[in-house]
Amino acid sequence: MDWNFIIFSIVKIAIVVGVVQGMVAYSVLAERKISAWIQDRVGPNRAAPPFVKYIPVLGPFLTRLGIFQPLADGLKFMFKEDFTPAGVKKIYFFLAPAIAVIPAMLTVAVIPFGSMMGQQKMVIADLNVGILYTFGIVSMGVYGIVLAGYAANSKYPFFGGIRSSAQMISYEISMGMSVIPVLLIVGNLNLSQIINWQSGHGWLVMYAPLSFVIFMVASFAETNRTPFDLPEAETELVGGYHTEYSSMKFALFFLAEYSNMVASSAMMVTLFFGGWTLPFWGLDQPAHSLGMGLANILVFLVKMLFFMVLFIWVRWMFPRFRYDQLMDLGWRRFLPLALVNILITAVWLWARS
Amino acid sequence: MEAINNLISGGAVQDVLFYVFAALTLLCGVLVIANPFSRSPVTSAMFLVLTIISMAGLFVLLHAFFLAAVQIIVYAGAVMVLFLFVIMLLDLKVEQRRKIKVFGFFAGIIAVGGIVSILVKSLATAGDGVAEPTIEGGTYALGKLLFTQYTLPFEIVSVLLLVAMIGVILLSKKKLE
Repeated sequence: MDWNFIIFSIVKIAIVVGVVQGMVAYSVLAERKISAWIQDRVGPNRAAPPFVKYIPVLGPFLTRLGIFQPLADGLKFMFKEDFTPAGVKKIYFFLAPAIAVIPAMLTVAVIPFGSMMGQQKMVIADLNVGILYTFGIVSMGVYGIVLAGYAANSKYPFFGGIRSSAQMISYEISMGMSVIPVLLIVGNLNLSQIINWQSGHGWLVMYAPLSFVIFMVASFAETNRTPFDLPEAETELVGGYHTEYSSMKFALFFLAEYSNMVASSAMMVTLFFGGWTLPFWGLDQPAHSLGMGLANILVFLVKMLFFMVLFIWVRWMFPRFRYDQLMDLGWRRFLPLALVNILITAVWLWARS
Repeated sequence: MEAINNLISGGAVQDVLFYVFAALTLLCGVLVIANPFSRSPVTSAMFLVLTIISMAGLFVLLHAFFLAAVQIIVYAGAVMVLFLFVIMLLDLKVEQRRKIKVFGFFAGIIAVGGIVSILVKSLATAGDGVAEPTIEGGTYALGKLLFTQYTLPFEIVSVLLLVAMIGVILLSKKKLE
């Protein structure tokens, strides 16, 4: 560890956090635009700073795309009244949004988002136990929601909190089990090594398709997205765990949800779709020039955006599960399936060797 | 610049981090059982979570990354969430202060004495040279040990957990079909 390492780490952390925040802001816009498109509406097309309309052609075009909407949303959240209802448990009420956001931001630390830029590896922390770290951090995300439900001290948020803790524990097990075949095949917990293996042998989704399906569904459940958004089911729970929240505290829960989406998209790309590699144009090897390094990062981002769009698309196409169906799917379908998957993979590897 | 470089690579950061995590572990551990500001079970549970996380930090400083990760996944991520879940479902009110019972007091002293004597004994025989961490964050060495040298104890522990699980199912079912 030296001075250089610290400076480069700080720069990388700043850039990654900035990019993730930007993606969060614009995935909210994407969500609104795509939902509008699916429901045959127009979506946000008005918000613009005052000077933009004087730019010919480009100005109205950008406004119609809704580019400035996230800015307006952010400002709105900042300037809204930060209301604390009477009877809430104050300390937890303040802590819960922060506890929800921190794990969501920490997950991206171990994900290799590119190969090399000059002498620097494009990953914040190249941990030996990368996957386990992610699972540990993801499992901490429950506390934010549970404490929010508890702190609000009213019925519906409480139900939301209880539901989410039950749901997240259930699906964490399937999620952990679904990754084991990947670890068996690669023989390493390090995410960079998993990507290296994939550049030599082909994407892991071809070796463990069942793992991918279970992992994807479980990550939908972990991020509380439709069809698993029971903790915030509007029709039965008002707003779920964030009913009593307003202003920036409310926005932080949104931030956490979308950061979790970004993180799980990145995990899916890294584990099953080759991370920053592409099998052609020499993009499957660590880059030697800055241009190739940028290309690798771009490949990673494009793959990630695909999954982000998938998350959004699913939300507007499918209805919500009932609670008993959710538990049934998690415990009676996915858990046995994941166990059988481990067994099959182990036997296959043993027969091949 | 040179001085700072030396400071960082000389292990000073690790030392400082060790004291930070050790102090956090002890402080949060005390606050779990004897919190002067709050008697709420949820607060105790949250301080237990903090204790576990700072212990994971200590494991990281020992280069035992695997243990640190497993500590957080199993204890902070699963066991404590279930604790919190049960506390919330039972809707436990703030606990009343109870009088200290004579029997409990003496039993506690004996238990603490036992643990302290074991600690002192092991510290006295350990010698002063701290051994280099052998499990260098790798899961490979740990897995190899678990499945060769310690297979039997490992399996016995798993059977113990299974027995506990079956026991819980038996107890919670009112009538056996």
